[in-house]
Amino acid sequence: MSDLDGPEIEIQTLPLDGWHRARGGRMVEFAGYHMPVQYEGIMAEHLWVRESAGLFDVSHMGQIVLSGEGLDEALEALLPADVKGLPLGKMRYSLLLAENGGILDDLMLSRWPESIYMVVNGAVKYDDIAHLRMELPDEITLNQLDERVLLALQGPKAFEVLKRHVTGRYPLDALTFMAGGPFELAGTECWISRSGYTGEDGFELSFDATEAERIADLLCAEPEVKPIGLGARDSLRLEAGLPLYGHDLDTETTPVMADLGFALSKRRREEGSFPGAERILVEREQGPVTKRVGLMVEGRQPVREGAAVLDADGSEVGKVTSGGFAPSVGAPIAMAYVPAAMAAPGTVIQIAQRGKVHQATVTAMPFVPHRYVRAGGK
Amino acid sequence: MSRYFTEDHEWVDVDGDIGTVGISEYAQSQLGDIVFVEVPEAGKEVAKGDEAAVVESVKAASDVYSPVSGTVLEGNAALGDNPGLVNEEPESDGWFFKLTLSDPEELKGLMDEAAYAAFVAKL
Repeated sequence: MSDLDGPEIEIQTLPLDGWHRARGGRMVEFAGYHMPVQYEGIMAEHLWVRESAGLFDVSHMGQIVLSGEGLDEALEALLPADVKGLPLGKMRYSLLLAENGGILDDLMLSRWPESIYMVVNGAVKYDDIAHLRMELPDEITLNQLDERVLLALQGPKAFEVLKRHVTGRYPLDALTFMAGGPFELAGTECWISRSGYTGEDGFELSFDATEAERIADLLCAEPEVKPIGLGARDSLRLEAGLPLYGHDLDTETTPVMADLGFALSKRRREEGSFPGAERILVEREQGPVTKRVGLMVEGRQPVREGAAVLDADGSEVGKVTSGGFAPSVGAPIAMAYVPAAMAAPGTVIQIAQRGKVHQATVTAMPFVPHRYVRAGGK
Repeated sequence: MSRYFTEDHEWVDVDGDIGTVGISEYAQSQLGDIVFVEVPEAGKEVAKGDEAAVVESVKAASDVYSPVSGTVLEGNAALGDNPGLVNEEPESDGWFFKLTLSDPEELKGLMDEAAYAAFVAKL
């Protein structure tokens, strides 16, 4: 295989490429694919998802199935999740970690009957696959499900819409947040999980790419549903306080710096047996030097990725990693890495961007409350 | 009064030696939802091609370049509270700033409405 990171790589098209264009999607290059950044406009699409339901094409993401003898132990050598304790049909958020504790990618794991289904970020999926092939023992088989699309239906009306088209061994309500199962979606075999990256209730749908146009049409024919582009996906996840790999997470950040301590399972911490455990567990005890925080920015002007966080003397001590105008908040918000001493909610900090200094206040995330439908009725 | 356009999608209306500057319908449609506009203060000297204003959409920040040289008379105060005016009325109420032209000869290098329409059609 050739090096897939080079700039000479041709931009790929998704199975729904023509569908996006026919729907008026404005296409941009993202993660090596032509993808729709917006249809009618980011603001309108964002607000629509918060009040109704939106359909996102996230087929650029890597869908991987791992199987084989000793899979759970083998995976646990690469990430800090309790894979052995993952029950059938349940999902876990986890992190592929480098030996120094840096984050190679963030991902979702689901237990299938004889395998683990993994969804990884599109921009680094080939690196992830290379890493997994290199590090996992020969007994483990890796299949990339590149003949499948992945669509996300997100928003408070996602459930009622999807229910109209789904049949299965059990009703769709059997799925709560971070659970999945096999269903038939309008006659097509489909893995459905109650998950997503908007902070809203919603579902992710993995099924054969040859059915993609038919099912996208069917869902968007429902009055509650509109297609939503990458622009609103980004502003929704930012409001939900969810980090984006390559921006808020990278090989220089650790789970503790990134405030993703929940991804370090208790048993795995006690065993100290994941990559970078030595450093990560010390950081967890003593606190990280810098930490990912949320910021409410004063005024109306957004601060963007790359803007500098300043200390009282005006020296650069951190960086904004995501920032923009938050449609549901009605104000600019951001995520940044700041020194531990500046990370407490309520701390007022200064941000320099294009020769101008902005005031911002460290704020607990999410910026907009999550509305997940969790087990136990909450 | 005549209207001129730049290849960067600014327009300038010229009435005597007073110019009014904004961004085109095409520019606002490309930017998408505008959430913040920063206009120059009265008295600021700008040269043709200088960054004179900033426009921010949900996605990104863009500079607005002055199509001509001159001295700023006023920025459009209405955009402070209602930056969306640039989306709604880019070529009228959503103007950015007015200036006194220091070199009206510069207008010769700009496009008229027909030339700009042809320019945009090729993009």
